[in-house]
Amino acid sequence: MLNVENLHVRLEEEDKAILKGVTLSVGAGEVHAVMGPNGSGKSTLSYVLAGRDGYAVTEGSAALDDLDLLDLEPEERAAAGLFLAFQYPVEIPGVGNMTFLRTALNAQRKARGEDEVNAADFLRLVREKARTLNIDGEMLKRPVNVGFSGGEKKRNEILQMAVLEPRMCILDETDSGLDVDAMKLVAEGVNALRSPERSFLVITHYQRLLDHIRPDVVHIMADGQIVATGGPELALEVETNGYADLLKSVA
Amino acid sequence: MAAPAPRPEAGGLLDAWPAPEGEAGWAAAARRRAAERLLARGAPGRRDEYWRFTNPASLLALPAASAEVLAEDATPIFEAIDRLRLVFLDGVFAPELSDSPELDGVEIEPLSSALTKDIHWAREAFGALEGRGQEPVDRPFATLNTARAREGFAIRVTGRAARPVSLVYLRRDAGADAQVRHVLRLEAGADLTLIESGAGAARFNQVLEAEIGEGAALHHVRTQGRDHGRRAATALFARLGRAATFKSFTLTLNGRLTRNEAVIEFAGDDAVAHVAGACVGDGDFHHDDTVFVTHGALGCESRQVFKKVLRAGAVGVFQGKILVQPVAQKTDGYQISQALLLDDDSQFLAKPELEIYADDVACSHGSTCGAVDEHMLFYLTSRGIPRAEAEELLVLAFLDEAIAEIEDARIAAGMRERLAAWLARRRG
Repeated sequence: MLNVENLHVRLEEEDKAILKGVTLSVGAGEVHAVMGPNGSGKSTLSYVLAGRDGYAVTEGSAALDDLDLLDLEPEERAAAGLFLAFQYPVEIPGVGNMTFLRTALNAQRKARGEDEVNAADFLRLVREKARTLNIDGEMLKRPVNVGFSGGEKKRNEILQMAVLEPRMCILDETDSGLDVDAMKLVAEGVNALRSPERSFLVITHYQRLLDHIRPDVVHIMADGQIVATGGPELALEVETNGYADLLKSVA
Repeated sequence: MAAPAPRPEAGGLLDAWPAPEGEAGWAAAARRRAAERLLARGAPGRRDEYWRFTNPASLLALPAASAEVLAEDATPIFEAIDRLRLVFLDGVFAPELSDSPELDGVEIEPLSSALTKDIHWAREAFGALEGRGQEPVDRPFATLNTARAREGFAIRVTGRAARPVSLVYLRRDAGADAQVRHVLRLEAGADLTLIESGAGAARFNQVLEAEIGEGAALHHVRTQGRDHGRRAATALFARLGRAATFKSFTLTLNGRLTRNEAVIEFAGDDAVAHVAGACVGDGDFHHDDTVFVTHGALGCESRQVFKKVLRAGAVGVFQGKILVQPVAQKTDGYQISQALLLDDDSQFLAKPELEIYADDVACSHGSTCGAVDEHMLFYLTSRGIPRAEAEELLVLAFLDEAIAEIEDARIAAGMRERLAAWLARRRG
């Protein structure tokens, strides 16, 4: 599904290398976790895959199946089935949540040559998905993320994921700023979307999210590289011993 | 206060517009006073404090430059609204295109006939607010309008108007240089929605005086047409009595030069006045909102909300003043002017002013100028919305705070549609 090969990235503004040869491969239906200390390049990886400006890829590749992601605009990546759940979802005053969701869904459908969803069908679709995420009508009516609590913002990300039905989902520290109940709710939302055709790359600092979203593979990232790859037990090791021990043993 | 520097002489302007004849003595006197004032004070020049950002030369030039008539712009925006239509063609009332000017709760009389009669209220009102509005800042185009404008309506509202009154300014002659003057009086408790639409003329000098009585409410909504080459100098004078309400919104799309002045005076306690405007323009587009609000009574609320979207060399100007006189305790004054610059070639010039002589007031103002937020843009595109469409969503969102000032939901929806269509045309 997602193949990242020897990806080197630096910041455009300052000549600073962030990713120094990241290689990972997520198969269809798999859930991979990327863990690592602050500053290891986890979020940069997610931004580069989603197509954010400000990064220069100096070497390597990233592909979604046979599509070269690095060649595509962010909207083209989205239409191809890539989705990034933001660590800090952006507030957009003046744009209603429903308008936003419908515009996004129809833009993706249009890009794929599919018919647009009419207003009534869309409303039904969103209401159904929103209910399971405990998102009420009031939240849907408000401007995108404006005045949302941390938990509401993250649930709104998962709602977008549920409505847009991407095949490759990247979750960037979706657990940050959430209490246990909110995290459970978000994890349930993610788990409900798991399917043999949909893959996940779950970026997290802590192991606790992985108690709720069980990964198939865990990668440890440090200083812009994947330094260890293993099963769920790797995450538990981090939880018990911290990153320092692990990084020492790798070095 | 006349500026110390000598101003261009205004006699040529007056000569270009012969004084109307056959009017009642009071009307002729009002015109004469205005003409004398204009001669004494002169025409505006770049050295005037309130014309520093906007060059008045093309508003003064004789003859006026012509402007291509935009054929398809029949301003269908208000079509769905049941209204009394009064149509002007190149600034001249066209009864054959208009509804019969009869409306419950409203007396409507063409200005040309109102000024020949002895109508008590019109006699008091014509030129009165325009005259008061000349201090402390000269408004020479409004003065010229008082001295010379023949077209327009005298409208007196005595109750709740059964329907909105809609003034439609159509164009046919690419060279028309027109002046239109409306005088409104809303008696105590009266209520009127006034809608204006259309570009008016190649050069359009338009003045509206509105005396809003105790507890009365005037809702004013305006679109200024899409004709690219047109120029306009408009002035809106409103005086509010106790607990009166005035809400005005103007949408401007295109136009080479637009100067919209609003002069608002609170004469009675607990009144509310909101003036708002949204404009979008690119290229040869200069748009100037100049607002002066005088709080001369207790506990009044004023709000100014102006938003401009500028591209490809377009220029936006905002000059907004709130003057709070010593008597005006408990004043609530608010002012925001913001510009969204879609490229590096555009400019926004803002001059917010507060002058406060009372100590128990809440006044605030803000002015911002910036580009489309890249974080928002990335968020939207990451969800599959193409960049151009995402930018349009953000432009509409930016303008929405001004549009939200319109109370009538249908009219607001119409404004949003019109803006979306403008943006879609630009996308090409």
